[in-house]
Amino acid sequence: MDPECSQLLPALCAVLADPRQPVADDTCLEKLLDWFKTITKAGSSLLLLQENPCLVELLCHVLKPQDLSSRVLSFSLRLAGVFAAQEDCFQYLQQGELLPRLFGEPGPLGGAAWTAPSVRSGWIQGLRSLAQHPSALHFLADCGAVDTIFSLQGDSSLFVASAAGQLLVHILGLSMQGLAEGHPSLQAGDWPVCAQKIVGHIEESLHSTAVPQITQALNVLTTTFGHCHDPWTQVLWVRLSPLVGSLLEKDPVPAAHSLVDLLLSVARSPGLSSSSCGLWETLAQTLNHLSPTQAGPLALGILKLQDCPQVLRAQAFVILLQPLACVLKATGQDPGPSDVLDSATGDSLTVDALLSSKAACVGLLCRTLAHLELLQPLPQRPCPWPQEPLLGAAVTLLQLCRGSASPASDVGRHLCALLLGCVRVQRAALDFLGTLSQETGPWKGRVGSFFMSVSGPQELVTEVFAVLLEYLRSPDSSPTVLKKAFQATFRWLLSSPKTPGCCDLEPHALLVLRELLPVLQKRLCSPCWEVRDSGLEFLTQMTRHWGGQAGFRHALLASEVPKLTEQLLRDPESYVRASAVTVMGQLSSQGLHVTPVSPEHPGGQQKSLLVELLHILSTDSEGFPRRAVMQVFTQWLRDHHADVAGDTEQFMARVLQVASQDLDWEVRAQGLELALVFLEQTLGQFHSHCPYAVTPPVAAPAGPLAQALQPLCRVRLFEFAFRALFDCDRPVAQKSCDLLLFLRAKTASSSGSLQESRSGPDVASVEAALQRWQAGDQGQPLGDLEPEVVLAVLRSVDLEGLRGALAEGSDHMEKSPQSLLQDMLATVGVLGENEADCY
Amino acid sequence: MLDCGLDMTSTLNFLPLPLVQSPRLSNLPGWSLKDGNAFLDKELKECSGHVFVDSVPEFCLPETELIDLSTVDVILISNYHCMMALPYITEHTGFTGTVYATEPTVQIGRLLMEELVNFIERVPKAQSASLWKNKDIQRLLPSPLKDAVEVSTWRRCYTMQEVNSALSKIQLVGYSQKIELFGAVQVTPLSSGYALGSSNWIIQSHYEKVSYVSGSSLLTTHPQPMDQASLKNSDVLILTGLTQIPTANPDGMVGEFCSNLALTVRNGGNVLVPCYPSGVIYDLLECLYQYIDSAGLSNIPFYFISPVANSSLEFSQIFAEWLCHNKQTKVYLPEPPFPHAELIQTNKLKHYPSLHGDFSSDFRQPCVVFTGHPSLRFGDVVHFMELWGKSSLNTVIFTEPDFSYLEALAPYQPLAMKCIYCPIDTRLNFIQVSKLLKEVQPLHVVCPEQYTQPPPAQSHRMDLMIDCQPPAMSYRRAEVLALPFKRRYEKIEIMPELADALVPMEIKPGISLATVSAVLHTKDNKHILQPPPRPTQPTGGKKRKRASDDIPDCKVLKPLLSGSIPVEQFVQTLEKHGFSDIKVEDTAKGHIVLLQEAETLIQIEEDSTHIICDNDEMLRVRLRDLVLKFLQKF
Repeated sequence: MDPECSQLLPALCAVLADPRQPVADDTCLEKLLDWFKTITKAGSSLLLLQENPCLVELLCHVLKPQDLSSRVLSFSLRLAGVFAAQEDCFQYLQQGELLPRLFGEPGPLGGAAWTAPSVRSGWIQGLRSLAQHPSALHFLADCGAVDTIFSLQGDSSLFVASAAGQLLVHILGLSMQGLAEGHPSLQAGDWPVCAQKIVGHIEESLHSTAVPQITQALNVLTTTFGHCHDPWTQVLWVRLSPLVGSLLEKDPVPAAHSLVDLLLSVARSPGLSSSSCGLWETLAQTLNHLSPTQAGPLALGILKLQDCPQVLRAQAFVILLQPLACVLKATGQDPGPSDVLDSATGDSLTVDALLSSKAACVGLLCRTLAHLELLQPLPQRPCPWPQEPLLGAAVTLLQLCRGSASPASDVGRHLCALLLGCVRVQRAALDFLGTLSQETGPWKGRVGSFFMSVSGPQELVTEVFAVLLEYLRSPDSSPTVLKKAFQATFRWLLSSPKTPGCCDLEPHALLVLRELLPVLQKRLCSPCWEVRDSGLEFLTQMTRHWGGQAGFRHALLASEVPKLTEQLLRDPESYVRASAVTVMGQLSSQGLHVTPVSPEHPGGQQKSLLVELLHILSTDSEGFPRRAVMQVFTQWLRDHHADVAGDTEQFMARVLQVASQDLDWEVRAQGLELALVFLEQTLGQFHSHCPYAVTPPVAAPAGPLAQALQPLCRVRLFEFAFRALFDCDRPVAQKSCDLLLFLRAKTASSSGSLQESRSGPDVASVEAALQRWQAGDQGQPLGDLEPEVVLAVLRSVDLEGLRGALAEGSDHMEKSPQSLLQDMLATVGVLGENEADCY
Repeated sequence: MLDCGLDMTSTLNFLPLPLVQSPRLSNLPGWSLKDGNAFLDKELKECSGHVFVDSVPEFCLPETELIDLSTVDVILISNYHCMMALPYITEHTGFTGTVYATEPTVQIGRLLMEELVNFIERVPKAQSASLWKNKDIQRLLPSPLKDAVEVSTWRRCYTMQEVNSALSKIQLVGYSQKIELFGAVQVTPLSSGYALGSSNWIIQSHYEKVSYVSGSSLLTTHPQPMDQASLKNSDVLILTGLTQIPTANPDGMVGEFCSNLALTVRNGGNVLVPCYPSGVIYDLLECLYQYIDSAGLSNIPFYFISPVANSSLEFSQIFAEWLCHNKQTKVYLPEPPFPHAELIQTNKLKHYPSLHGDFSSDFRQPCVVFTGHPSLRFGDVVHFMELWGKSSLNTVIFTEPDFSYLEALAPYQPLAMKCIYCPIDTRLNFIQVSKLLKEVQPLHVVCPEQYTQPPPAQSHRMDLMIDCQPPAMSYRRAEVLALPFKRRYEKIEIMPELADALVPMEIKPGISLATVSAVLHTKDNKHILQPPPRPTQPTGGKKRKRASDDIPDCKVLKPLLSGSIPVEQFVQTLEKHGFSDIKVEDTAKGHIVLLQEAETLIQIEEDSTHIICDNDEMLRVRLRDLVLKFLQKF
């Protein structure tokens, strides 16, 4: 600890110990504690206490009967724990009997302060820090803390209850640590007293009829097996598994959720040999006993396990698929040739769960779909994967939700009534449907093309697109459902097989596209902005993938979509304008922005988009469209877009001028990105070794460095960059700093060829202007700069220093411990007037 | 009589009435029978495979055969769409009763009728077809003419004179106003939330309550919200006028309407919206008011063409008390409650009585035209269909749910213009009905048969039917239904002087009884207990008594008895009075006391006591008096 802090500490301890000066801010105490943790980690706690006796005095003082705030008491308990984590310091504190007084019966435990959850939490956290060495175990046993922790497991505060459980796990691990090191025997009878006590308590809880107690025991075990993988955990499981198994004999199974967590935690534990301890049997038994809703997460967990018997996996998969199998059966569909789904159909429990209420039905189906969605991309997912029935189930669910399915059975009609218009199931089913498009297994490759195959799948894929189109067309689809429908449609289009050597859409997919475009047209005119935005995003995705392909281009150009998109540049909603800007930028890049050429402006149509985007950049009141414009411009410059390539310098000068005045820092930062691209292109050939060189550059400078820098000067790139260097927003300044450093590095080796005029009047005036800018006065422009002046200024400005300063957090000056102590003291001093956070 | 609607779907069988001569329509070929017989070719014309009657359109009237409408005392009107047949009833059936309706219902109903009459009268058609209605001939016609029912009762449109006469018979009422009908029942209109002035009705006596729920809406649109609370505790709830398109969500449809409108106009096409001059059009204009700027349609003209366009737009603004809360508050600012006022002010919405006159000079394309009639058989819409039907750039958007759009379009085929069906029906759907019934909890629900089963085309849609407990009682056309309640009680008023004279006796804590001797006076279904007239003093025969002064003989009244007879004590009393050999038997309803010696039997039950003895009147009277000792007398 530095001397300044040592000096401040007594005063602070006095303030903390004084009930008349309450500490208003919890975060100060947290920071103080963090600071002590850092100090004790780096050095001796004992020394710290000896050098700063005020700390022990504080700990002693809080024990006196007084009206001390619970937060200070909690802090002191945690602080004591931090110090006592080191065994010598623990002994030191024990000498004064301080620890038993803090953590034992005489302390807050028996007092009125105990009613505050923060004190109970502080007590647990203090013990958690303290319990690091064998002496601590004896201490815990002597002061009866373990019993208190048992009772705190059922605390009314969830934080306290959870921390109590974790502390038990920690103590169990600590006590077993000694055993594992010293005794090769792992017999439960040989376990330390403390461990036996905890295990005994767990056993007792598992025997209990009270669900909360069983839950606590299961949670402790889950954490134990999740965190500790020592050999003793296997002995523990062998000892407790019969008890856990006996829970399954109860109806309903108590604390099923926690039980599932425990079993999965055990199954995942590398410390356990699952086959030898009967785990698989227990898992199989559990799958059979749990309700369909409870069994789903367990089934998913089992299927995610790396090594698991095939029989169990098959059973889990059947359980997982049951709700969908019921849906298929209820709607009179054959689950198909898959054995898995076929065996999943007969479960009446699942049917009952599905039909019991709308909430239960929706919950079960959404969970099932989410589980299968998680499972689908995993390498260990079941094989064969029942792609066809799953697709059928997803399509059927979507039809049920729209009322377009016509089930013949009573169960089907009931399901239809429950699911009609259910947005949650629609969203989940669309997500799942999208995921199924990723399928690349034997099914997909079986017959060259989905659409051309002789039997089976092609009909399903046609159905998939039909249901997606139904959703996209339906006036009743909510905006979120529509967005998901667009996403799923894109994924299915993307997954349609390609003709070898051609990236274009497959013929049937093109037919779908032709049906899709009128729908998209209408959606782009929707009164709901979210829908217009989703439509534009969908168009962006499509154009990005197939913008260069003849089939797509032909279909798109034959539609009204490009024209409507252009009109959305003037949409009242800024998000939509931003999306429209992005799409238009992309359409234009791909040559898909073709409007009829008017006689007055022959050939001028392409320009008009540039003008329109510049107009948005200069006048739009919202940041999103302006940011989008800057991104489009950057991309255009990278791609050598015809509009930009025609007169790049004029384009750059105009854009940088507008961007420099923008109030949105992201626009200014994007301006620097644009400047960097221009810079790379301009200097690209000058230094071919440049790692960022873009080839071929638009205007390859062949001459010396000065000539190469001239275009940068003409577009006033340097004024923009220097101004950004002192931007009030740090990311902009950082980006500018990087850009200028990059430029300096690029020009360093060639600077000899330039006549530097370091001491010339121009340089001085520029430097003076920069100093004024740094001071906050950014009014004065720099005027026309010569390359020589720029280079000189680049060398004179301490860019590295600036970068270092910018890399520091804005509060780095105020973050020091000394500042913290001062602030806490100051805050207490002026508490009456200012209760604000000390930062 | 509950409501008086007019079935206008009959007009779909007729050829449209063009406002200006249409060569296409006038040159349609006549229809001939399969055997080539062409005797009907003057009356029936063929267009794109459909056959239409070339005559003035006719309407299907309400059922007039089942009951004699001249005996109807009262007609309750729910909303302006449900009164379109009123002139036929009030002017041609001998009806002499009263019609009750709210003011907006009458005013807007008048506009609808006026528009209808105007549409038909301004293009007089000389020809009137009747041959085809002959039953023997009708059989030979193709569908749907062959299947049309009751064609002989179809009538031409009424005249303005008849309209005025019919409307003069309407008594205006306000929401929650209680109207006495002959003292028998009280009727009360309640807001139904569907249209301006639309009502549900409560028909109640003192002990029974019947609710008539017709054309109601729980959506937040322009009218005052539906009053659900007052419908509670109904013995019977008659439910009708649910949405005609239960699968179309009005919100989605409005979105669809806006999208298609914008799409068409942006592509340079015109939009035609066949509509009624009041109702959904207000909501559509409000949606467009919010939408047109955002969709960049500010420069597109919106035209509203109807003989009553101006009145409709202005009426809507003055019925403040009938509007939803938000619109009511605007009136106090003061601002016009509907934003179409601003659309008119800014020249974005223009209205004309007809397409003749000013409209022709102002007309500019592309544009959006709202005009009637939604059946596409008469009105200015016929002209626009003929004008714009040939271009695929144009779109007709159907928003009114009353007519099948495919049938409406049949005489315009082949048609190049796009057709969009966005039926906007804000009336209750089945989910809302379920919620309403759960909330209101009537003892019985009575509804048309169609509501109790899923639509035939969607038999699996169990959600598209009324689901309530006990199951709804359904009725079908011309069926007579007995409502499931009996009138068991009547309320009787007691005159104050008679009440003063009563001397109640408390027979149980909180319950007192008194005997009353009075005259029950019943008039106009009201019952009053009046003091009995004093017995006239004998006048010595000096003056002759008139027959009308006769009063009923006031016999000496026997006291009323109450209480129960404790058998054990009664037996003891009997013994005290010398009866012996008494035997008591318990029966299901009470006891039998046997006086074996006297060969007498006393049957004591909860509400009666019988003394059965063999012609020994003395004994009977003795025993009776002993029984009476245990009872209280009034």
